[in-house]
Amino acid sequence: MINCKDITKIYKTGEIESKVLKEVSLNIKKGEFLAIMGPSGSGKSTLMHILGALDRPTSGEYYLSGKNMLELSDDKLAEIRSQKIGFVFQSFNLLPRSTVLRNVMMPLIYDSNTPVQEREKKAEKALIRSGLDKNRWHHLSNQLSGGQKQRVAIARALVNNPSLILADEPTGNLDSKTGEIVLNTFKKLNREEGHTIILITHEKYVAEHADRIVQIKDGVIYSDKDVDKSILKNK
Amino acid sequence: MILLDLLKESSFSLRSNKSRSFLTILGIVIGIGSVIAMISVGQGVTKNIKDNIQSLGTNLLVISPGSTQGTVRGGMGSAETLTIDDAEAIADNISNIATVAPLATSKQQLVYKKENTNASIYGIDGNYLIIKNIEIETGQIIGEANVKLASKVAILGSGVKESLFGDDVDILGKKIRLGDQQFTIIGVAKEQGGSEMSSLDDSVYIPISTAQQYLTGNNSVSSINVEVTEEELMDKVETEIETLLLSRHNIVNSEEADFSIMNQGDILDTMSSVSSTLTLLLASIAGISLVVGGIGIMNMMLTVVTERTREIGLRKSLGAKNKDISGQFLVEAIILTFLGGIIGILLGILVSTLIGKFSSITTSITSWSIFLSFGISVLIGIVFGYYPAKRASRLDPIEALRYE
Repeated sequence: MINCKDITKIYKTGEIESKVLKEVSLNIKKGEFLAIMGPSGSGKSTLMHILGALDRPTSGEYYLSGKNMLELSDDKLAEIRSQKIGFVFQSFNLLPRSTVLRNVMMPLIYDSNTPVQEREKKAEKALIRSGLDKNRWHHLSNQLSGGQKQRVAIARALVNNPSLILADEPTGNLDSKTGEIVLNTFKKLNREEGHTIILITHEKYVAEHADRIVQIKDGVIYSDKDVDKSILKNK
Repeated sequence: MILLDLLKESSFSLRSNKSRSFLTILGIVIGIGSVIAMISVGQGVTKNIKDNIQSLGTNLLVISPGSTQGTVRGGMGSAETLTIDDAEAIADNISNIATVAPLATSKQQLVYKKENTNASIYGIDGNYLIIKNIEIETGQIIGEANVKLASKVAILGSGVKESLFGDDVDILGKKIRLGDQQFTIIGVAKEQGGSEMSSLDDSVYIPISTAQQYLTGNNSVSSINVEVTEEELMDKVETEIETLLLSRHNIVNSEEADFSIMNQGDILDTMSSVSSTLTLLLASIAGISLVVGGIGIMNMMLTVVTERTREIGLRKSLGAKNKDISGQFLVEAIILTFLGGIIGILLGILVSTLIGKFSSITTSITSWSIFLSFGISVLIGIVFGYYPAKRASRLDPIEALRYE
């Protein structure tokens, strides 16, 4: 599903060039639950932005579902984001004075394939899948707790049934108990519905919820291992 | 992204900050309001002037003594080159003329018992009041016989009557002193209204022969009013009169003419062009405030773009194209100016109604000024909303998401 080859990203600030990603190659199959792990400044966020079609690499190749992403125009990339990719952010990024339903429906207004009358139904379905209580659906998003907010954000990422879900430190702003619930939601989505999920984190215990952990440091992948679930269970 | 969504998203974000949205459109409201009010004042004044000129009589040519050429010229009517005979010659020789009314004017003090007032004395013949659309309230008009006999009778303008007699109604037959002569009042003219500066109500009408004999002391007239039968013939009659008078006065070169002819239509044209310039001036002064209002909108939109950087990044990450983002901010600006335009129009109508009610200025609201200012306000939204909208759409989604 995802094929990256020799992806390099260079940021220029004035005269100074900094190489954030150095010839990163990564293949991800459909239905995988993968964690990209690394300390801050390792380039994991940049990699996520490139995988999420928010940014373009300076050089290299990136195929998403067989499509060469580097040849597409900005508008085409936006279209792919709206139809194939769902984002979940650390700081939720909900519109504060909007209702939960409105927030969840937002990606659909940018997707010409969803008829207006189907939007609400799709949003309700996504909210059920993300596990948010029905009596919260008409609340304003700033009246919710952190865990509830992240469920709204997950529902928003799910609403258009994307093949790829990118979660950037989704538990970073949550206490460990709510964090656990959110991570289990991801796991459930992966196991039961077959969504491809990429989790970006710097915490090992978060990464271990995934099936495969890719570790990155200074722009280079130095470890790519499947998680041995039997060890985890023995802990 | 469909238009309905654009409108919904835009109006939603405007409503979530009502007080600021309102303050922002205030500039447009005041701008549009003052444009409407100013144009209505200008239009009112224009209409006033037109009505005034038309109330003096239509199809009118006024022949005045004295030359229009040369750098030095006497006051109107001060030369003595036109006579009663000229007027008669015009009436006899030129066709397509309804009436000819010579006029001999003078300023005199009027005295009745202890009251006195200054008035313009119009020496007229029977035709003058008809040409000038002056009607008689009570009594009778000055007739042929009065002129022939040079009788000492007078018709008072309503203003003169007011200052000499107050509310006294029964004044016909009473005698007033004019210069060193006693005149009998035979009538009172109806109130003419008109502007306060040149009110015909402060006039006294007496037979022209009487005026020449007792007041001016010679045969000259201060103007000859000619009513032409049809408007289309005005120019033709004007040329004919000029030719006739030149030959009567033995003048070969028309540039040395010792009289001038004014055409009612010309006066109307001149006055209208003056007042449209006035309207334009007023409107453009008000227009400046519109521009200021537009800059206010731009300023607020730029602030909003900065404030909502994260939201823009989020929307882009959810699949918004650049044109969706710029569209949303542009529509927000247009909604603001659109609302500002509507409120401004209502305000303008209110202000101009108040001006019309509580001051002497007449106001007149025209539909074109409403459409114009409405169009302008939406245009301002587009012009001043464009730059902030472009800026919003160019934001890098990653930078925008990171923005704190």
